[in-house]
Amino acid sequence: MSKTLLHLSGLTKAYPGVIANDDVSFDIGAGEIHALLGENGAGKSTLVKMIYGLVRPDHGTMLLAGDNFTPAEPRAARAAGVAMVFQHFSLFEALSVAENIALGMENPPKANALSTGITDVSQAYGLPLDPERLVGDLSAGERQRVEIIRCLLQKPKLLIMDEPTSVLTPQEVTTLFTTLRKLKADGTSILYISHKLEEIRTLCETATILRGGKKVATCDPREKSARELAEMMVGGKLKSAKLQKTTLGEVVLKVSDLSLPPQSAFGTSLKSISFQLYKSEVLGIGGVAGNGQDELLACLSGEVRTAADAIQLNGVSLGHMPPNTRRALGVLAAPEERLGHAAAPDMTLTENAMLTAMTRKNLSHSGFLDWPRAEAYAKLVIDQFDVRTPGPHSAARSLSGGNLQKFVIGREVLQDPEVLIVNQPTWGVDAAAAADIRQALLDLASRGAAVIVISQDLDELMEISTNFAALNAGRVSDARPMAELSLDEIGLLLGGADAAA
Amino acid sequence: MLQLEKRPNPSQVWGYLAPILAVITTMIGGGVMFALLGKDPFEAIRTIFYDPLFSEFAWYYRPQLLIKGAPLILIAIGLSMGFRAGIWNIGAEGQYIIGAICGAGAALSVYPLDSVFIFPVMILFGAIGGFAWAMIPAILKTKFGTNEILVSLMLVYVAEQLLASMSLGLMKNPKGFGFPGSRNLQQYASAHNAELWTGTAIHMGVVFALISVIFAYIMLARHQMGFHIRLTGESPKAAKFAGVNPNKLVIYCLGFSGALAGLAGMFEVAGPSGQISIDFNVGYGFTAIIVAFLGRLNPFGIMLAGLLMALTYIGGEIAQSSLGLPSAAIQALQGMLLFFLLALDMLTNFKLKLAKAEVRI
Repeated sequence: MSKTLLHLSGLTKAYPGVIANDDVSFDIGAGEIHALLGENGAGKSTLVKMIYGLVRPDHGTMLLAGDNFTPAEPRAARAAGVAMVFQHFSLFEALSVAENIALGMENPPKANALSTGITDVSQAYGLPLDPERLVGDLSAGERQRVEIIRCLLQKPKLLIMDEPTSVLTPQEVTTLFTTLRKLKADGTSILYISHKLEEIRTLCETATILRGGKKVATCDPREKSARELAEMMVGGKLKSAKLQKTTLGEVVLKVSDLSLPPQSAFGTSLKSISFQLYKSEVLGIGGVAGNGQDELLACLSGEVRTAADAIQLNGVSLGHMPPNTRRALGVLAAPEERLGHAAAPDMTLTENAMLTAMTRKNLSHSGFLDWPRAEAYAKLVIDQFDVRTPGPHSAARSLSGGNLQKFVIGREVLQDPEVLIVNQPTWGVDAAAAADIRQALLDLASRGAAVIVISQDLDELMEISTNFAALNAGRVSDARPMAELSLDEIGLLLGGADAAA
Repeated sequence: MLQLEKRPNPSQVWGYLAPILAVITTMIGGGVMFALLGKDPFEAIRTIFYDPLFSEFAWYYRPQLLIKGAPLILIAIGLSMGFRAGIWNIGAEGQYIIGAICGAGAALSVYPLDSVFIFPVMILFGAIGGFAWAMIPAILKTKFGTNEILVSLMLVYVAEQLLASMSLGLMKNPKGFGFPGSRNLQQYASAHNAELWTGTAIHMGVVFALISVIFAYIMLARHQMGFHIRLTGESPKAAKFAGVNPNKLVIYCLGFSGALAGLAGMFEVAGPSGQISIDFNVGYGFTAIIVAFLGRLNPFGIMLAGLLMALTYIGGEIAQSSLGLPSAAIQALQGMLLFFLLALDMLTNFKLKLAKAEVRI
């Protein structure tokens, strides 16, 4: 911690219309785990891209171990000892671990030597991994290990990790942290990007917080509360969603033995899913991406049809019904992908209001569309959900992620659904908007609707769910009251161990 | 260096400006091409774009504009519906031929019966013929996932063979001295698609073209079907989420464009052309693709584009006879129009920017 490894001074990078980084300066010490905190759009990725040689700064200097550091491309950064693990993996599923690692190296050693190297590194840092296995068979956590080992084989001085825990179960997170602490003990510096504050408080000794492209502070996260850190990130007081104690009403939605074959070559199949949803309940369905979240939502929204009896609303079978018939009955949904699924990017907000509200808001009279009413409804959503936009004539793609998500959720909530299913409602949304969205979902439930929140964010589910179930490899575990579950139990459920079994 | 930057909202100004600029750049590009062919570029461009409208013989050419424009507009309106939804009917030429054969067949089968019902029945048969021909790619696509571009295009050549067989066999004029081709419907009063007002060239097809423009406009702007078509074109996944049934949309779009192309063929065979013959079709079905895009898939835009394209046809013919320009040069000119339009269209959604050189530290 005494010695500085990477010195950043006055880094500035402007893109047309936005200054992504504005005069950012801080130091990363040798053998330090340094957190980089900030909301989406705060400039974290631009900063990291400059360090990794993907983007050149407009102004400013970087010194690596005292020498001028101006990487023109990632290869130069790697040669200087900077490695990076990206949030999205770049691995070939049909190749083995060793082959994947060899592909990412400039001068890969012979296959045997490489396998030995992989085994050595994996043992040294507690990252169990068989070099001969096919990547296609690995879990997300194991795939991340492949990426980490690929970096470690280059013996980096600085390892950059972008949101590494977003795809991991709590157990896998613990393993990862052990590895990172070992690396730190060996003198490797780690730049750790995350917005999960509790993680940062347990792992990092220094944190730099960015807001709107500017550095807000560099501090010791262990001395601050998660709330203080969050407020530095947002630059204001934070509301937290409050779950009102309500007694659950009768069963509204009954899903029984819902199965679905894979819809594409890489799709997940749903296997005999059964659960019940009560009035006023918020059912949190957790799980790591790719375990059937999109498929489950598509079955419930009506985009994919199943056996009629598999889904029943108040005793009415609707598994065979198309989306608009379900909407008429009160089953609404908001898919994960905002642009291109929940909303059409190039269409206006008015047209996007028409997209799902046509039936329930009476915007269509014998096939003819009532655009003035649709516009009024879009305006209502914009007002009630504090969507920041010039008006309902703006194209959906011109809104920021958080604002568009508020519009999408608001569009469904204001239709007074009996059942609302949302997938990743706050993914990539800034903290303030996320809090508003969660509150809106809770308010909806307290008014008597039943809500299903499919999410990969455990903190979010713990905050708002009445009951929790895990989605693993297309199966949903038995729902259990959130309050009774420990983090360990949740981790086991996410890993596929059904506590009831 | 120039760079393209996506606009947050599509530019309205460029939406109107792009087609106008496309016409101007086509005149320049065409002029260069004509100069290279050894012709006076200014005279050639004047002959093609100005003479049909304002020369001393314009009284003859102006009505021609409607005769050529009506089928183009009628077909392009149909195609534009599908194009907006990403359903590519490339075989309107085939549907046009089948519409003509069915329409003419209906009349020839009752010849020489005299009745006011014959012409309406011909209209109906023309539409049904084109519709049925378009249903082949539609059903193959929805049932077996075949590519409608290939199937509809291939069926053009099947239709052409059928047309040849009809003019040499089944529909051959028994009093035609052995020449290929059917009886001339212009001489069969009950079946003749005659001018509604003498000297104006306005026949029933022109009226139908106008109706189709208005119909398409209402459909797209006010009706659920049109909204679903636009939505599917913008974002198929969002459309599915909204409850659009993609198969129904394929049937509807291909059926609608097929029926309109069939109508165009029927009005042509019963009017300006008069008879089923081997060389009855002159490429309206293909040119309408250009018209649809030149009109930005907007009904009123298509109406103007159809007239503009008709102008290049007529002007092209004059230029061929008076300046000796090869007909291929006229087709190249029409192609240029589409090319420049698509290029300039980028500017509706993108801004041109001078890229700043990145500063080295």
